[in-house]
Amino acid sequence: MVRSELIEKMVETMPGLAPRDIELAVKIIQEHMIDNLADGGRIEVRGFGSFSLNYRKPKIARNPRTGESVPLAGRHVVHFKPGKELREMVDHPSTD
Amino acid sequence: MAMTKAGLAQELCDQLGVNKREAKELVELYFDTVREVLAEGESVKISGFGNFNIREKTPRPGRNPKTGEEIPISARRVVTFKPGQKLKHRIESYAGAVEQ
Repeated sequence: MVRSELIEKMVETMPGLAPRDIELAVKIIQEHMIDNLADGGRIEVRGFGSFSLNYRKPKIARNPRTGESVPLAGRHVVHFKPGKELREMVDHPSTD
Repeated sequence: MAMTKAGLAQELCDQLGVNKREAKELVELYFDTVREVLAEGESVKISGFGNFNIREKTPRPGRNPKTGEEIPISARRVVTFKPGQKLKHRIESYAGAVEQ
């Protein structure tokens, strides 16, 4: 399911909310989450999961095609840890 | 301090001009909907942010690390997240404090 379909589903679930507000809200939520992580922050959504940054040390990698050495600087990557409720709903879909 | 649903709701109040109650509803609606789709076994792809995928894990032998006792790990379904290009690039350039 892609973002536009997700928004449609949200509009159907909450007919009392303006579709335009829902669409903008999704945009704002995502932008804000990205900004927060890009500032080194952490996001915790109860029942859904948490997003945090993990550090990857600098290393010398290789181009597998040419065998050439490529130095990689230390960098951060995003890590998502599903929350308990999400884990359970996905693993036992019939018992939610 | 970690960003939470309350922080996201505040952002919606400020940027969207909705009231506190509506902002909270919108945040809940967003995460509840993503969760519901995932629970149905479907992946959620949000361009710019990333993809939430469902993976079927096969059973494997495990171990209680404290006692060394062998325990089978049953087959299960899990959620994985793969950040999109935009998010990945924004994070890579973060040069803040490195935790060791």
